[in-house]
Amino acid sequence: MLSRVADSIYWMSRYVERAENVARFIDVNFQLMLDAPAGEGPQWLPLVNTTGDHAAFAKRGLKPTEKNVIHFLTFDAENPNSILSCIRAARENARTVREIISPEMWLQLNKFYLMVTAAAKTSLSNPHEHFSSVKNANHLFNGIAAATMTHGEPWHFFLMGRMLERADKTSRILDVKYFLLLRSAEDVGTPFDDVQWAAVLRSASAFEMYRKRHGRLSPRGVAEFLLLDRLFPRAVHFSLLAARNSLHVISGTPLDTFRHAPEKLLGQLCADFSYAAVDEIIHAGLHEYLDELQTKMNQVGAGIHETFFAFKTPKPVRRMSQEQSQ
Amino acid sequence: MTFDGYDTGPFFDELIGEDGRPRGSARTLVRNIESLPEGELLNRQRAAERALLQMGITFNVYGEGAGTEKIFPFDLVPRIVAATEWSRIDRGLKQRIHALNLFINDLYHDQKILKAGVLPADIILASKAYRKECIGFNPPKGIWCHITGTDLVRHRDGQIYVLEDNLRCPSGVSYLLENRAVMKSMFPQVFAESRIRPVANYPGKLRDMLEYLAPDHTTAPRCVLLTPGIHNSAYFEHSFLAQQMGIELVEGRDLVVDDGFVCMRTTKGFERVDVIYRRIDDDFLDPLCFRADSMLGVPGLMEVYKAGNVALANAPGTGVSDDKVVYAYLPQVMKFYLGEEPILPNVPTYICSEPADLSYVLEHIDELVVKAANESGGYGMLVGPHATKEECAEFAIKVKANPRNYIAQSTLALSRVPTICGDHFEGRHVDLRPYILYGKDIFVLPGGLTRVALKKGSLVVNSSQGGGSKDTWVMADSPVTEPDEFDPPPAPGSEAAA
Repeated sequence: MLSRVADSIYWMSRYVERAENVARFIDVNFQLMLDAPAGEGPQWLPLVNTTGDHAAFAKRGLKPTEKNVIHFLTFDAENPNSILSCIRAARENARTVREIISPEMWLQLNKFYLMVTAAAKTSLSNPHEHFSSVKNANHLFNGIAAATMTHGEPWHFFLMGRMLERADKTSRILDVKYFLLLRSAEDVGTPFDDVQWAAVLRSASAFEMYRKRHGRLSPRGVAEFLLLDRLFPRAVHFSLLAARNSLHVISGTPLDTFRHAPEKLLGQLCADFSYAAVDEIIHAGLHEYLDELQTKMNQVGAGIHETFFAFKTPKPVRRMSQEQSQ
Repeated sequence: MTFDGYDTGPFFDELIGEDGRPRGSARTLVRNIESLPEGELLNRQRAAERALLQMGITFNVYGEGAGTEKIFPFDLVPRIVAATEWSRIDRGLKQRIHALNLFINDLYHDQKILKAGVLPADIILASKAYRKECIGFNPPKGIWCHITGTDLVRHRDGQIYVLEDNLRCPSGVSYLLENRAVMKSMFPQVFAESRIRPVANYPGKLRDMLEYLAPDHTTAPRCVLLTPGIHNSAYFEHSFLAQQMGIELVEGRDLVVDDGFVCMRTTKGFERVDVIYRRIDDDFLDPLCFRADSMLGVPGLMEVYKAGNVALANAPGTGVSDDKVVYAYLPQVMKFYLGEEPILPNVPTYICSEPADLSYVLEHIDELVVKAANESGGYGMLVGPHATKEECAEFAIKVKANPRNYIAQSTLALSRVPTICGDHFEGRHVDLRPYILYGKDIFVLPGGLTRVALKKGSLVVNSSQGGGSKDTWVMADSPVTEPDEFDPPPAPGSEAAA
């Protein structure tokens, strides 16, 4: 398939997944707000830190109020990572590959875009409902893709983009709690702490699945579940394994071997995860661990770009002198 | 909503006869529309618009803030063409394309027609679209104009005329196909009860035609559609056609010439391309051959093309026949190559480079439509009867300064089709663009894009100038001839052809 098309499909997929995860970020904070003891509102600034947009937010000179942060992350057209910007970027990418994706996928993405732009023109009376619709629109998009798109090379670029984005964002959802912990160290082990961890799980749609696996809520259990679980589809480990699988389908290289940088990096990362123990991670510092993980995942992304998408020109042909041989 | 009180005015109406009763082929539709509950037609019109918006069949509106998109306006009431009338259009278009292809080929080879003095050589060879680079070239299978969209209009006299030929990159066929899809969901009963000829096989026919052009050395030709990119106003159409044909949509930067072949850059290296349906102008195809500043084309493409290692549709150099001066001489061209009179006549045309015509045009400029020879999209055009005195005078100066660049035509009273205006129907002027494919044989798609001037009284149907579109229903042959079926008079001077 065309490099340019692969690039567009990969980013279309990443942007839609990113939009969903931004909705999840904000939703986790709302959940916390509803459960917080009276007088202790949730902090909104950590949210901007977790998405990695604190510099852009600070530059705008905005106060980190609920209203400002939500607008910045939801409808701010100047923030490239707002839900609105993500969906717009996803749609622009989709527009350049409309002949590759199924018409049903395009229709759903376009409806998704029209829904978000329409919402951007009104004030959100029920933010929670809006964030639910964003999540559902993405679920629908992914379901339509799985059911209508040929599971060939384009599909695996689609899947790989989604899974890498999801791995990155789940690691950041865990980080939200880290920032909150800094604010309220005295809460550790209190009922409020449990409430916070439950909210983190809910924002990754992981609460019930966590209960089945670990039962009691504990920071250790939550970190293990969201990072290391091989079977939960939003866990980082699961997502990385899925991304690696697609990467190897695309290149045809057998698993556990590599031919180029992204295969090597992603393979190493998956191996690290397979043999990681959550106690070691917590002992070394969860936030530092997540930071390093995000850096490595960015390197995988850069390697994918270099290997598959970057502009290349043909090497000059060395040939036998045709004139003489004929 | 009913057609009671619908006024056809002093125009030919495509659906309603002069007696106020629907024409034979329109009866089923009119009966169906009139039987709908009050308000239902407007509901369907809104549903159709919503469907088009959700399908993303939109164009960008500039100057109204980024991201503003509007649908290409669409009216639910179709234009209907009777079977006998269509068979004449079909024959007329095949005849015309056949002659045009012979003409283009001659211009790049022996130039017999110029040597015979049928056309003024100095004017034809000075056309901007005449490509010296193509002289002596034989395109694959001898075909130059693979895809054509010819604009037809009907005058008050009931006669259908050819308004212009578009042999470069005619657009609009995707709207035709999407319009039909929407109409089928809006009027399923009418489709079930009538014999409307299907259009959905166009992408299949187009792909067959492209594969037919492939160089002989390939057994499984790879065809691609070359687009200028997402910012082009016809981008939707490019991606739509590529998708419907199941071929790759490429931009210039995806293609590269390597070792005598055109290749595309894929995730697994370079892969050979055999046929390119290009939707960019000759000028931008190859910076090494044509405009050096083109960022849209593929350096070295023309070399590969001339060596026969890739096919291009339409062939570079084809645009010379789009020149409106060539159009003006077309009856002579047809006579020269085929020995036939045109089945579909031209609109009477004045050639400003001919002194007698020029003085007539300058005297009657307020009655004529004056067109620049090499513009399209309704630009560079004066509609005399609708222009102010100042505009006419201004245009006359331009014509006098460069007569070669202008032609003028009598103002036609374009036929009308009932169109939804608020809560009732009003007649709006239309033209018709059928699409013709030239591959193994010549195929005319039974249908066409009916463009409609939505502004009251307006004659300009271009989408860039406030026009919209309608579906076009070509009726299949029926064993029973409808008594009041419209039978057009023969073209002037061609009794035998009709």
